[in-house]
Amino acid sequence: MIKSYNMIDLDCANCAREMEEAIGKIDGVKNVSINFLMQKITLEADESIFDNVMKKAVKACRRVEPDCRIEYK
Amino acid sequence: MNRKQKNMLIRILISLALVILLKVVRIDESLQFYLWLVPYFMIGYDVLWKAIRNIFRGRIFDENFLMSIATVGAIFLKEYTEAAGVMLFYQVGELFQSYAVGKSRRSISQLMDIRPDYANIEKNGEIVRVDPQILNVGDIIIVKPGEKIPVDGVVTEGTSMIDTSALTGESVPRGCKQGTDVISGCVNISGVIKVRVGKMFTESTVSKILDLVENASSKKAKAEDFITKFARYYTPCVVLGALLLAVLPPLFFDGQWLEWLQRALIFLVISCPCALVISIPLSFFGGIGGASKCGILVKGGNYLEALSKTDIIVFDKTGTLTEGTFEVTKICPKNVSKEKLLQIAALAESYSGHPISRSLKNAYKKEIDKNLVKDVREVPGKGINAVIEGKTVLVGNNKLMEDFGINCEGGIKTSGTVVHVAFDNIYTGYIIISDKVKPGTREVIDGLKKSGVRKTVMLTGDVKASGEYTASLLGIDEVYSELLPEDKVSRVEELLAQKLPDRNLVFVGDGVNDAPVLSRADIGIAMGAMGSDAAIEAADIVLMDDSIGKISTAIKISRKTLRIVRQNIFIALFVKAVCLLLGALGLVGMWAAVFADVGVAVIAILNSFRALRTENLTKERS
Repeated sequence: MIKSYNMIDLDCANCAREMEEAIGKIDGVKNVSINFLMQKITLEADESIFDNVMKKAVKACRRVEPDCRIEYK
Repeated sequence: MNRKQKNMLIRILISLALVILLKVVRIDESLQFYLWLVPYFMIGYDVLWKAIRNIFRGRIFDENFLMSIATVGAIFLKEYTEAAGVMLFYQVGELFQSYAVGKSRRSISQLMDIRPDYANIEKNGEIVRVDPQILNVGDIIIVKPGEKIPVDGVVTEGTSMIDTSALTGESVPRGCKQGTDVISGCVNISGVIKVRVGKMFTESTVSKILDLVENASSKKAKAEDFITKFARYYTPCVVLGALLLAVLPPLFFDGQWLEWLQRALIFLVISCPCALVISIPLSFFGGIGGASKCGILVKGGNYLEALSKTDIIVFDKTGTLTEGTFEVTKICPKNVSKEKLLQIAALAESYSGHPISRSLKNAYKKEIDKNLVKDVREVPGKGINAVIEGKTVLVGNNKLMEDFGINCEGGIKTSGTVVHVAFDNIYTGYIIISDKVKPGTREVIDGLKKSGVRKTVMLTGDVKASGEYTASLLGIDEVYSELLPEDKVSRVEELLAQKLPDRNLVFVGDGVNDAPVLSRADIGIAMGAMGSDAAIEAADIVLMDDSIGKISTAIKISRKTLRIVRQNIFIALFVKAVCLLLGALGLVGMWAAVFADVGVAVIAILNSFRALRTENLTKERS
């Protein structure tokens, strides 16, 4: 399953790159891309574990840039 | 500017005023420290706060931390002006950077401002606005002047002019009336029209295009990958360099600890890879955005990059180089007037439904009185034998003429089909019917060659003579004729083997039955794709209308974008390298370091704005 979410207050391009790297290391993530310009994250993972993976991804993003939020639920 | 940016601007202005005040007014030495802390905290409190917070999160060596260390260091060295000033400079740069990114983001979304917000439907005699997503195939919607057409469909009532410029970049509006297919994303200009929904919103052209452009940046170009990898190693290396710089000279070469520490701090500030990381994708994004403004959809930065290295261009003939419609292109009468010749031919062919007879009738324009024609007999593969005004008439190819012992003109050079005419057993001339070459094609092909395309090739199912003639007319280097659709793939494979290393083969087709070739080529370009799903799916680059000039526009845009990308990489690396060197030698201070960080980022962003501007690249369009 591939889903996209908007990101709010993603202010730094290098942070976006670091987030992408961090999320890519999470178990179950097949593909992730963060589009700094569109302020969007696109994540691919199996449907059964998607929510779980997404929660970890949100956490990973927060570790990189605490001010940035993902519009997820 | 948004609220966050405005707040920042106010903070910058107040701190700047304080800094100037402190510089101008004479203050007692003992008070200096406390007074300078005011503007310092005023401008830098968020940076300091983020630095502390990030340390607890195990993220050292981010920008905030580096700036904090550097300025706190300056305060301890009693360089108050430098501490406040550098922080101020950093914040100005950051503000400018966020403003510039926001602006480019907005200008790109403006380009893509084709998403319709609502659709009008009639309910109980009243017109109501609904979300286009709930429309079903077969629903009737009403589009008023000035509104966007929300979904693809067919006009059922009314006439109007339609502005397709948002999709095709073409400013001349098109007419529409009952039965015309209309495409979502176009703007209705003059009259109210009713449209029967032909496709669901998510299946409509406008949704497809938006998806495509928004996802384009997920297909990364090589240059982007390079920078991402570079950034991964750059920062740790520079930080290591800073560490060595702080430790080695004082330990082994009798250096001053404080002095070398200061130089190491400069290294730390320069170590941020932001300028690189941001400006490369921004340039590609700008290039893709600028291209879509011209009606050229590029499915990814990688394709834009590849297009700039075009070596061979392979064209499909029908529908790409030619209009794909047959027309009378030449009338050569012998001993009769042109009109007479055309009239005889049109009359004789009046009972036939063949494309050739249709084009003759179209060229004749006047009403055809079928009563004038008698005893029409079709000679298969040769032509027609009829009786007009009591005289025998022959209309057909040279074989027909030979059969009747009539000498006809031979060796005619043409890309089309020759129709000979004999009246009362006397040769009266010939008419050429051909698929018209698109105007300006020769110029486009010449231009492509001048711009560095090594070879142009044409593929066609036409007979050899006509294919070769068209190619020579257009200045195309190689032609493969009498091809079946499946032959095209193998021809393209042969050509792929001939291209220069690190160069690309581009295939241009109309996307109708050349999907396999489009995907086999390095870059597949589909033309005239407005409303054709198959073409949008199969191609890497989609031209919304069928003007051939867009190919050279696309190549120009790709080259310009790549030029900007290279400039940005160069500027950023060069400035950083110079600042690192001079910083290590103690020749430049913290100011230069901040410039090498945010200043360069801003320059690179401003430069990448240029990729968005494509107006001057479309001028030569035919």
